[in-house]
Amino acid sequence: MTSSAPTERFHVLAQLEHLQSKYTGCGHADTSRWEWMTNVHRDTYASLVGHPGLLSYMAVCEHESRARTKFNLINRMVQPCGPPPEKSPLDDD
Amino acid sequence: MHLYHLTLQGQTSINQAVHGSFTGASKQQEVCVARGTTLQLIFCDPKSGKIQTLCTQDVFGVIRSLYAFRLTGSNKDYVAVGSDSGRIAILEYKQERNLFERIHLETYGKTGCRRVVPGQYLAADPRGRAIMIGAAERQKLVYILNRDVEARLTISSPLEAHKTYTLCQGMVGVDVGFENPTFACLEFDYEEIDNDPTGENLKKTQQHLTFYELDLGLNHVVRKYAEPLTDLGNHLIAVPGGQEGPSGVIVCCENYLVYKNLGDQPDIKCPIPRRRNDLDDADRTLMIVCSATHKTKLLFFFLVQSEQGDVFKVTLETDEDLVTEMKIKYFDTVPVANAMCILKTGFLFVAAEFGDHQLYQIANLGDNDDEPEYSSRMELEEGDTFFFAPRSLQNLVPVDTIPSLCPLINTHIADLAREDAPQIYAMCGRGAGSKLKVLRNGLEVSEMAVSELPGNPNAVWTVKRNVDDKFDAHIVVSFLNATLVLAIGETVEEATDSGFVATQPTIGCALIGDDSMLQVYPDGIRHIRSDRRVNEWRAPGRRTIVKCALNRRQVAIGLSGGEIVYFELDMTGQLNEFTERRQLPGEILCMSMSEVPEGEIRSRFLTVGVSDSTVRVISLDPSDTLAPLSFQALPSPPESLLLLESSSEDGKGVSTIHLNIGLQNGCLLRTTVDSVTGDLMDTRTRFLGTRPVRLFRVRVLNKDAVLCTSSRSWLLYHYQNRFHLTPLSYPSLEFASSFASEQCAEGVVAITENTLRIIAVEKLGGAFNEVIHKLALTPRRMVVHPSANTIMMIETDHATYTEQMKNKKRNDMANDIESLATDEQELELAREIAEGMRNTKLDESVFGTVKGAPTRWASVVRLLNAKTGDIHSFFELPQDEAAKCMTLIQFHAQPDTLMVLVGCAISVRLRPYSHRGGCVYTFLLSNSGDKFDLVHRTPTEEPVTAVHDFRGMALIALGNRLRIYEFGKRKLLAKCENKVKLL
Repeated sequence: MTSSAPTERFHVLAQLEHLQSKYTGCGHADTSRWEWMTNVHRDTYASLVGHPGLLSYMAVCEHESRARTKFNLINRMVQPCGPPPEKSPLDDD
Repeated sequence: MHLYHLTLQGQTSINQAVHGSFTGASKQQEVCVARGTTLQLIFCDPKSGKIQTLCTQDVFGVIRSLYAFRLTGSNKDYVAVGSDSGRIAILEYKQERNLFERIHLETYGKTGCRRVVPGQYLAADPRGRAIMIGAAERQKLVYILNRDVEARLTISSPLEAHKTYTLCQGMVGVDVGFENPTFACLEFDYEEIDNDPTGENLKKTQQHLTFYELDLGLNHVVRKYAEPLTDLGNHLIAVPGGQEGPSGVIVCCENYLVYKNLGDQPDIKCPIPRRRNDLDDADRTLMIVCSATHKTKLLFFFLVQSEQGDVFKVTLETDEDLVTEMKIKYFDTVPVANAMCILKTGFLFVAAEFGDHQLYQIANLGDNDDEPEYSSRMELEEGDTFFFAPRSLQNLVPVDTIPSLCPLINTHIADLAREDAPQIYAMCGRGAGSKLKVLRNGLEVSEMAVSELPGNPNAVWTVKRNVDDKFDAHIVVSFLNATLVLAIGETVEEATDSGFVATQPTIGCALIGDDSMLQVYPDGIRHIRSDRRVNEWRAPGRRTIVKCALNRRQVAIGLSGGEIVYFELDMTGQLNEFTERRQLPGEILCMSMSEVPEGEIRSRFLTVGVSDSTVRVISLDPSDTLAPLSFQALPSPPESLLLLESSSEDGKGVSTIHLNIGLQNGCLLRTTVDSVTGDLMDTRTRFLGTRPVRLFRVRVLNKDAVLCTSSRSWLLYHYQNRFHLTPLSYPSLEFASSFASEQCAEGVVAITENTLRIIAVEKLGGAFNEVIHKLALTPRRMVVHPSANTIMMIETDHATYTEQMKNKKRNDMANDIESLATDEQELELAREIAEGMRNTKLDESVFGTVKGAPTRWASVVRLLNAKTGDIHSFFELPQDEAAKCMTLIQFHAQPDTLMVLVGCAISVRLRPYSHRGGCVYTFLLSNSGDKFDLVHRTPTEEPVTAVHDFRGMALIALGNRLRIYEFGKRKLLAKCENKVKLL
């Protein structure tokens, strides 16, 4: 029993890592506010582009063509919330 | 399992359109369109130029991408569908079943329109060997397509071409002939940007054009080559390769088209021409929204459309296999499209992003006109570009449209026009293409002819001369005491030698046998043979014929007193009376017999409506002729009966018999008749109108349909595997009959009062017909006057200019030109140009709204008559004031007048959000509701997002505040305020 505990913990960790690599935007214990915000924005923009009705809605609001709206939204996914914060020297790695 | 809901009006926008030969018929191309959640196959008839819908299929999911591909050597296209299902679907259109059949469905990810789950982009190898499906970020999958020994399409397991931290802007299959299939993608790698707090990398990182090669031998995908792009691209076009062209791709970037290819091919870059003297914001870039490729064995060209709707023809000049030059030429201006398809039959289908979809005929290819052609070889200064003058259509001829309500902003349902049924007032469209559409439930009817008759007729029929004739020969009109026979030729004229009794009214007439005619009139039956011999049967003394039922071999007549006499045609073409007669318990009100079914010699049932409110089924079988089979009691006496026998879809199996019963109380009953026992079952009721319902057999799409007349006319027809019962948008009819002539294959001849009308129904399947009133800007809100049938609405658009501002800009530009002139001669020329500029105003509903900078807004307030569309009052707000909301208020300080409050925002910037306050306009509506006047304008600190009446005062929302305003003489007076903290 005692010997199985560390391997199980390791197993859970491996599973998490697998999930994080499979699904972009999957959070972890050290997710920063900036990372979370950026992911939410990217997810939202991708969803707006993916749903034809929402894309039309945005295009009517902005009075642009649907193609321009899609182009802008995908370009906005590059850096939706500004550059990442400076890493503090106290953080690991 | 029951389907409990079907939408009356499906989605009208078209998000994706691909063309191909989906039916497999040679030299025929169809267009497959995705309308939100439905897939539709449409066919552009090259003869009539009309668009026909072949098939509509609900997929119960969001269609995000479509691609048509075919296997080499095959003549039939498949459709690949990228949706929100996390699966790739390959569909094949089955013509005999009239549906798309799913051939393959491969699961690869979660459902939903997600960031990393493929479905957004779809591209296929032009030889149909592989297909790539991609997401907005990271994931791309390649499936290999092949065929098995029985030539069925097979699909491999997916091959991954993922790249993390990479956004995808476009995808296309490169035509490389029969070398390894290659795909090109527009990618943007943000990994370094995400790890760079200084923000330096954001400026340095470039978009890449990446080529992925599928190695068919090793069965894996390699990222072959990536090349940085100087301008951001948004769209890729594949250039034909192999035997047909130089291969490679055209990257549509902001302001430029760039041709790129693998190997030692240098880039060819050509600016996208701009409109000369354009009022658009000078800082705006120009981009391509969609493209269409035309390819034959001898030539290929592309049509690309810019954001402003201008279509350019792009051609490539080659030296052996190297592209040396790109040429671009203005073609025509059409509505901004989601997709364009060039069909082999010479049509251009434009699936508009907003507004009606168009079908054009390509009259010429723009080869021999005086439009200048620009080339990538022409020397240009850095940042300079080509210019052209937009003009009306020259190469395209509009032939048909598909109406679209997209985007539908707001609707109001009311009977403002004071008709029988309410109308839907739909505010739809965007920018200058905006419209107020008045929708009425009903089929559009085209009127072929209207002619006046000498009196009020009470019945009309059409008769053919011979059973094999395609078209009708005579129209028979019956009056109170006379019968008029008209011959149908090039014109319709009275026929005097028809053999009909002209001095008596007619009860029924028909073609009988192969080429004889039968007239039933109150005193008897007249059988007119083709050689003019006439046989007559006289009604027994003191009794008259009241009703009859006829088909090609059988005649049943109802005598007054409720007696039925039955005749049948024998082999020699002689009508023989059946020895017995059948007495019914009441007067005969109506009778019907179906047509003789194919391959049989008689129809088996006669149905009779009797005055004791019953309908009876009587056998016509030789073993028990005139024996009663079944009867059904009705809620009201029947007015009309129509027995229809329809064979099943594939022509095999048992046919079904439907009995349609029109009642005197205005209801239509539809009953199924058991084809063996004659039992009536499964009755469905529908209220049609306030007058007794009469039923007439007409032809629609080569099938029997029922025209029902009451206070409105309705058409019951079978279309796209469904029965439709739809009212006709036409004055009510008395009596009708089917009509076929050379000009009108499936028409209806009908009478109303003293006119004879020939009408036809064309837009089948539609639930609404529309009346359009044009608007200037995107409509936002409307209020309806409670009593005056007028609609007041606000229209607002972002990034555009008011009329006043546009005139000022035109003047400024003209003045600039004049001031640049140096000597007398130049000045004269400049004045001429300037004058032209001041006076040329492009029709914005065709050429698009003028696009201004962000924060520039234009708004108008309009009052129009709901019935006629006349504009009673019109008010343009100053530049940058955006009308957001409106309401109708009766202030208790001014109890006898109605005011309209319009809330506005001033100079709003959408991203990042900023503004310069707001204001409320107060308009006074005249008592009759046909005019408004500006009373005053009340400025506010923040944009007004909502107004509402509240106990004789105005409740107004400003940012996070709610405020109550009272009416004042010079402006609205704030009374109290509540600040909502949590907002």
